[in-house]
Amino acid sequence: MSQAEQQRDAMAKPVLRVEDMVVEFRLSKREVVHAVSGVSFDIYPGETLGLVGESGCGKSTTARSVMQLPVPTSGKVILNGTDLTALSGEELRRQRKDFQIIFQDPISSLNPRRKVKDIVEMPLVVMKEGTPEERAARVREVLTAVGLDPDYALDRRPFQFSGGQCQRISIARALVSEPSVLICDEPVSALDVSIQAQIINLLQDMKERYDLTMLFISHDLSVVKVVCDRVAVMYLGRICELTDSETLYRKPAHPYTAALLSAIPEADPNRAPQPIAMKDGELPSATNPPPGCRFHTRCPRAQQICTEVIPPLEEIAARHQVACHFPLSDD
Amino acid sequence: MIENGPLLQVENLRTHFVTERGLVRAVDGVSFNLDQGVTLGLVGESGCGKTILCRTLMGLLPPSAKISEDARVVFNGRDLRNLNEKALRAIRGREVAMIFQDPMTSLNPVMKVGAQISETLIHHMGTSKQEARERGIELLRAVGISAPERRIDEYPHQLSGGIRQRVAIAIALACEPKLLIADEPTTALDVTVQSGILDLLREQQRERNMSMILITHDLGVVAGRTDEIAVMYAGKMVERSATKQLFGNTRMPYTQALMESIPQLDHPTHTRLKTISGQPPNLIYPPPGCRFAPRCSRAEERCRAEEPQLGADGAGDHIFACWRPVGAAEGEAA
Repeated sequence: MSQAEQQRDAMAKPVLRVEDMVVEFRLSKREVVHAVSGVSFDIYPGETLGLVGESGCGKSTTARSVMQLPVPTSGKVILNGTDLTALSGEELRRQRKDFQIIFQDPISSLNPRRKVKDIVEMPLVVMKEGTPEERAARVREVLTAVGLDPDYALDRRPFQFSGGQCQRISIARALVSEPSVLICDEPVSALDVSIQAQIINLLQDMKERYDLTMLFISHDLSVVKVVCDRVAVMYLGRICELTDSETLYRKPAHPYTAALLSAIPEADPNRAPQPIAMKDGELPSATNPPPGCRFHTRCPRAQQICTEVIPPLEEIAARHQVACHFPLSDD
Repeated sequence: MIENGPLLQVENLRTHFVTERGLVRAVDGVSFNLDQGVTLGLVGESGCGKTILCRTLMGLLPPSAKISEDARVVFNGRDLRNLNEKALRAIRGREVAMIFQDPMTSLNPVMKVGAQISETLIHHMGTSKQEARERGIELLRAVGISAPERRIDEYPHQLSGGIRQRVAIAIALACEPKLLIADEPTTALDVTVQSGILDLLREQQRERNMSMILITHDLGVVAGRTDEIAVMYAGKMVERSATKQLFGNTRMPYTQALMESIPQLDHPTHTRLKTISGQPPNLIYPPPGCRFAPRCSRAEERCRAEEPQLGADGAGDHIFACWRPVGAAEGEAA
């Protein structure tokens, strides 16, 4: 990293800062799901942070708790200097125009009985923004921006559109209030490859056009590589590695990151599938996570200390944080 | 039984659905052969007909489906089209087995794993209950499940997604089928579990010298683990060849566009992905000529008027349906 970049980083204030966020769900008197256990990260202006991990690792819960849906059990979510977890219902509602989310399944996240114009206008109505004429103009503008013809789309309902087009409508709805932060929870996982590429490109265009800062959740590491500046890898409710995407893919330091990367099937018949660098076994239960490093039950490098002491997320190089007692080194 | 012929011969298969809005041409004139011991990857986007094609082979279609009269589906020397339901049932599950995408819904939630494996064995092979249980334990061990003696008495909800899919594979392998059809077997699973399941399928296929059809939308899944690949688009097979040949020398523009639209790990951050504009066609009113022509960057007048047939240019088994294939000299026809 150049000195100029370092200076910029030191000066820029994060748009979104998540501090030691914990999200727990009580199942019964004795059982608690430890969905997110102390997650911290910053996202800087114009940056896209990726959040990857297997299903059940807490990445979607993290995204939703940033949205305050549900409010985290403890920890802070600071958006442009305001701690969202400390706001009352009405104050939070007013803040919502500034942070929006899109979901995985574009069809079930749109109300099937509403017309597209009502779906996209709804956030403005709820936030009591503008006159009806101003709102209608804004809806037309944002629909055009996401690549839909307003004259065609406005009076139609979601079932008259394909999955890819429904995701465009969801994006329009999220952007209509001009948020500074857009959270994308597996936005392309339900789409076919050819449509997936269209939506990924669209998200990148929207990011530039509307100056968005994004949190991008996906289980697909290749998608994350293309979209994100920095990537956080989650395992069982904790971040195990956080660095810029080039470094993460070139020099993963956490054994779990390395295992995930080795598992990606490559569209190249000349490269034989690699054996996956992880012990057999399943993701342990989040109601009873292993002590110490949560990955130690599947980690090929685990030693005694890993079963006892939780490794803190520490910088091993500039802007490269890893939570591991025995990180992988270059050799 | 044919000794040297292909295990499966499909000729001119059309599966159409009668709907209120019109006739949906889900599979529209597909022909191919599959040899013993070969793994075929069947690739395409949702709605291209890959699943309906395999369900037609299995005889698992809803009543609204109509299969063309002149179609032939010859499996192991018998035309499945001429068999009655009883004869089909003797083949299904025994000689041809299938694995589905979602192991939670394809397993019976109120039956123990052991009973679901035994059921197949008792029905098809006349195995005794005790033997079936022992064989079940062996099968669970073969598909890489630890402590099979304990697992066999568990219900599907007690198992993780990956283990459930392994159970589904054990059931499919129970009667030593000649052909295994795996319909998106790893799409519902995590990437770390996916490679284990794909390796298991490949290993079992080789060990038993089965033929296998691996249906997927993910070219990464088929690249390292199939012998041949067939690409489908809008109810048609548009390209077919040996796996290495297909990746190294793609001829059909659709296949090429599909490959280019996948994000690659060696792409730098914020790479603009190549996209295929528009959407797959409506199968009630498919476009005339080549069905990919409206989205194809190479399309010319002929592509929009005249339908290309599967064929090779020159020698080899690499066939494709295109008037303006990638990599051909300008003006050369297929």
